[in-house]
Amino acid sequence: MANPAFPRPDMPGPQPVAGAKVNSAAVERAPLLRSSSGEFADRTFQSAITACGLAVLGVLVLIVYELVTRSQLSWHAFGFKFFASSEWDPVREQFGALPFIYGTLVSSLVALIIAVPLSIGVAVFTTEMCPKALRGPLSFFVELLAAIPSVIYGLWAFFVLVPLLSGYVQPFLASTFGWTGLFSGPHYGIGMLAAGIILAIMIIPIISSIAREVLMVVPQHQREGVLALGATRWEMIRVGVLRNARAGIVGAIILGLGRALGETMAVTMVIGNRPEISKSLFAPGHTMASVLATEFSEATGDTYLSALVEIGLALFLVTIIVNALAQLMVWTVTRGQPARGNA
Amino acid sequence: MPEIAVSAKTVPPISLRRRMTDRLMTGLAVLTVFLVLAPLIAIFGYLVYRGVGSISWSFLTHMPKPVGEPGGGMANAIVGSVIILAIASIIGVPFGIGAGIYLAEFGRNRLGSVIRFTADVLNGVPSIVIGIVGYAIVVLYQKHFSALAGGVALSIMMVPTICRTTEEMLLLVPQALREAAYGLGIPRWRTTLSIVLRTATSGVITGIMLAFARIAGETAPLLFTTLGNQFWNVRYDQPTAALPLQIYVYANSAYEDWHRQAWAGSFVLIVLIVTSVAAVRYVVRRGSFGGAA
Repeated sequence: MANPAFPRPDMPGPQPVAGAKVNSAAVERAPLLRSSSGEFADRTFQSAITACGLAVLGVLVLIVYELVTRSQLSWHAFGFKFFASSEWDPVREQFGALPFIYGTLVSSLVALIIAVPLSIGVAVFTTEMCPKALRGPLSFFVELLAAIPSVIYGLWAFFVLVPLLSGYVQPFLASTFGWTGLFSGPHYGIGMLAAGIILAIMIIPIISSIAREVLMVVPQHQREGVLALGATRWEMIRVGVLRNARAGIVGAIILGLGRALGETMAVTMVIGNRPEISKSLFAPGHTMASVLATEFSEATGDTYLSALVEIGLALFLVTIIVNALAQLMVWTVTRGQPARGNA
Repeated sequence: MPEIAVSAKTVPPISLRRRMTDRLMTGLAVLTVFLVLAPLIAIFGYLVYRGVGSISWSFLTHMPKPVGEPGGGMANAIVGSVIILAIASIIGVPFGIGAGIYLAEFGRNRLGSVIRFTADVLNGVPSIVIGIVGYAIVVLYQKHFSALAGGVALSIMMVPTICRTTEEMLLLVPQALREAAYGLGIPRWRTTLSIVLRTATSGVITGIMLAFARIAGETAPLLFTTLGNQFWNVRYDQPTAALPLQIYVYANSAYEDWHRQAWAGSFVLIVLIVTSVAAVRYVVRRGSFGGAA
């Protein structure tokens, strides 16, 4: 039973399992050796364990299969026009996903604009400036943010953030930056801006904790070298640390983007859920995830359901591409140490 | 730092502009920390303030009242959440651990790399998409919404996390321990289960609890799998109420009393999750598997 599926690279020499073959031939003369039933148990065990591993693969295949087959109807009806049309009319069965794609992109973009500088700042502070005693509690607090369920973020955003926005922030933005056209229209509070801000709050822990991991693997002698040349601490961080960790930080940002694109509940609760494309960030919108959350269980008609599944498929593909890209970039810096975006 | 112990005679002093930039950037970094901590404290503070004020014995033990009538509680949602999470764990934990064992013990080949990558991909799939799959593979066959469908959807979310942490933890177990077991003639399955997995138990449990904390608050995959229910139900094949779902529905309602209950429900949920995260940190800190590392 010298099984090629039992690679044991750390263990050269005769394999203990291989001994089983000898003992099945010499059972009577060597009663202390394992009987062939051990071999059977081993084989059963390995099959069961391999089945578990294959189940992971199977689940992904199942997801792709279900999404593809159940979106066929809509794909045949609308083709590529589905992603270019902004008409969403369940009554006349006309479906176009453009407003949702727009909403997902814009809300995620707003979130990144807010979250990226803040997360990098926190990561730099915790790795380079922070007193040692503060480091543990600070990262614990930031990780705690990642443990809060999305629906609670949404609840808080709806009852605290939205009134704050409509009462103070939006009037200020409208009077100061109103000329850009990004901040015009009535101050509902609810809308693209609120969604972007709550998304930013949600992805900051992810980006900053991965960025911190990346900064920590920058070799110490890089810092010492730059300091020895007479640099100030900021110059050391800029030249010695950030420049070396560039690819990893970009990876961290993209992982955060992946999370923002697929985020559902918090966004659904504050974005206003209206399939419109509007230049102003004050206006209500809709995202790919939020339209699924609000309309899927009430969708009547096969085309309607199929169109929603197609949006799900598009969302699935985009997040997979974004995540794979991010994993790759983080990996180039940390050299194979797993990047944990979920914990 | 400008005050590096080099005498000013040998090295020209650092210019004012560079020193100012250094101070400014340090200040900005500190500012970002405050800006990030502010919403955290605001969310936690507000949650505790509204949650503690709204929670009561009747909230935990009573059923929801009809629409618009004040009072009542979320007893059915709490029980429903427990049922759904139990179903998810019963399906997800064995598969996750099994896949983790495969990756650690048998997975140093191409299939192993493919499965490893697949697990990472699954981890990034939006939860709402998992909900669609739960709908497609369970609800459409059962012909109605059910706790089982929600449990299946959540178990899909548990597997990748458990799988990857189990793998990491098993790889920490020293090779010598396996060799010693083989040397004693212990079969491979026995070695893996009773020695390797046993040694890494607390690490594996950490992974399970992380996965549990992650799915406990998930709402999106439940929206069109368990659907929610205003009535008492403990059957696995019927629409079932869940705490996160109830929070969502109540938050979207127009009644002040339901808003209050949404906060109370959030508080119960966060206590559940923070307790498990703290327990995880405690176990990791104690490092009972430290001998393996």
